[in-house]
Amino acid sequence: MSVEVRRTAAGLQLELAGQWGLRQAETARAQLAAIDLRAVREVEISTRAVESLDLSGAWVLREFLQRASAAGAEVSFQGAPPDQLRVIDQTLKEPTAGSAAEDSDAAPPGAVLLYDVGRYAVHAWHDAVLSFAFLGRALVTFFASLRSLRRLRPISVARHVYDTGITAMPITALIAFLVTVIIAYLSAQELRGLGVDIYVVDLVTIGVLRELGVLLTSIITAGRSASSYAAELGSMQLNEEVDALVATGVDPFEVLVVPRVLGFVIALPLLTVIADLVGLTGGALLCRYLLDMPLTQYINRMNEAIAPTTFWVGIIKAPVFAVLIALAGCYRGMQVRGSARELGHKVTVAVVQAIFLVILADALFAILFMKMDI
Amino acid sequence: MTLRYPLIEVRGLVNRFGSQLVHDGLDMEVREDEVFGIVGGSGSGKSVLLRSILGLQHPEAGTVRIQGQDITRLSEAQLRPIKACYGVAFQSGALYSGLTVLQNVQLPMMEHLDLESPVRDELALLKIRLVGLPADAAYKYPAELSGGMVKRAAIARALALDPALLFLDEPTSGLDPVSATAFDDLVLFLQKELKLTIVMITHDLDSIFRTCNRVGVIVNRRMESDTVERIVDHPNPFIREYFHGERARGARIAAHEGATDGGGAAADGERGDGA
Repeated sequence: MSVEVRRTAAGLQLELAGQWGLRQAETARAQLAAIDLRAVREVEISTRAVESLDLSGAWVLREFLQRASAAGAEVSFQGAPPDQLRVIDQTLKEPTAGSAAEDSDAAPPGAVLLYDVGRYAVHAWHDAVLSFAFLGRALVTFFASLRSLRRLRPISVARHVYDTGITAMPITALIAFLVTVIIAYLSAQELRGLGVDIYVVDLVTIGVLRELGVLLTSIITAGRSASSYAAELGSMQLNEEVDALVATGVDPFEVLVVPRVLGFVIALPLLTVIADLVGLTGGALLCRYLLDMPLTQYINRMNEAIAPTTFWVGIIKAPVFAVLIALAGCYRGMQVRGSARELGHKVTVAVVQAIFLVILADALFAILFMKMDI
Repeated sequence: MTLRYPLIEVRGLVNRFGSQLVHDGLDMEVREDEVFGIVGGSGSGKSVLLRSILGLQHPEAGTVRIQGQDITRLSEAQLRPIKACYGVAFQSGALYSGLTVLQNVQLPMMEHLDLESPVRDELALLKIRLVGLPADAAYKYPAELSGGMVKRAAIARALALDPALLFLDEPTSGLDPVSATAFDDLVLFLQKELKLTIVMITHDLDSIFRTCNRVGVIVNRRMESDTVERIVDHPNPFIREYFHGERARGARIAAHEGATDGGGAAADGERGDGA
């Protein structure tokens, strides 16, 4: 790529040579931009020595021609002007619809913050309304499908119990065990100093049964299952599988949402029982080997520590958390439209919201149980 | 003019999936400045052939030369400059769904070149307008486009690096007849004005008769290729059936009538379907 510039009495003579392509566009632009057009009345361009000229090369040349015309110079070619210039002119000449309405959605200057806050608030409100609508529709579909066993999709429900429950057992058990051991160990250190290390048993038992068992399980499965629900339904949306179901006259809530929620409502309490058991076992092992407390003493103390309600106060929360987690996953999954990025975004939102909702609900339960004095 | 070796030369290509032999000694040749159509029955290995040429599928035997270089023996790094000289528009568009059309077109430029961003914007917009999309389509996401527009956007992206060679995989499938005709016009326009060599897989007989110079038919795991005029009289029964069946007759008549008004008016013809 090269440009040779000769100044004549009337103006400039440009001799273009070599390859004028996209790869040379940057250099060509710089070289043409460096040409001084002041007091130039005529520009004569020769393209005979050009080996190749592609669309991008022609566009760079066209940019120069426009600058020359704007500066008042007359442009001419030795021989015919390159075809590519004509193609570009023709392309850009055609009117395009609606190109002026590019930024009708932009905020007026100076009000960006206010605009953003307002838009966010409206968006959040819409989202809240829509999620209640989703919950409502899921409930209606659930009650409608109670009429027959077939419409409850037992096989699908069983699959989800397996996917979200059975396969989550090892990780739930491991985490429950480790967390209980850590808590027992830390509290044992403190309580031993006071000479009341027997209270480790109370702490572990009540802590695990009332809070830790169900909360740990819910948070782990929120990460596991809310994400998988959202990703599954989201990619089905992208693949138009959900539309295909609707078009076949099948209610996607009946075949996709309700079995997932139902399966998880069955799986989460069972997982919680396992987490409770493993947690208590962990506490017992720690007390046995670190505090040298005989197993019988641990069990006796445990029986004294728990009220008849302790276990139920924990386990009753599991189905509620399950509904929240499963609905967050399904709702966000069904919202996916259009792009792979959207899918990733919705899966993230599903997990974050599932965990948030679980903790919020747990706080509400805590207040409720306090008022009920249990 | 310099010596014109075939732009693409496939010799003795063998592809096999498990026990299923897809290609058995397939030969194919594409010359410069022509529109070459690849046709064949469903499952005859058209897409596998395209994937072999693009280097997405490593053939069991045979050579694939693009501009004289055997791509089956080149490393990934050596392939990079060759890949920059052709553009591919996949069947379903394969636009990156998280990027706008403009960003989709710019992506190859950003990967291969170091351009200032205003220049890149202008050049990308030029390509978008060139394929007949309205300028405001540039800021839309693929999900917001109609089927015809997605296919045009895919071509705009394929043209991002000003390639000399363009591959189209079933460009008119899924389009209504009017859009399909407009699309054929676009192919002719690009071929004529940009001096592109175009290789396209197609089932659309109208498209073949309107746009292709030469056609290669995959029969019995090999390819028979000839000019459009001559291939229709090929002795092979499958090829005869393909071009002389009930569906083919109308297409040939239409193409014959269309030949008089030619494809030169493509640029100002039907552009921007679905816009």
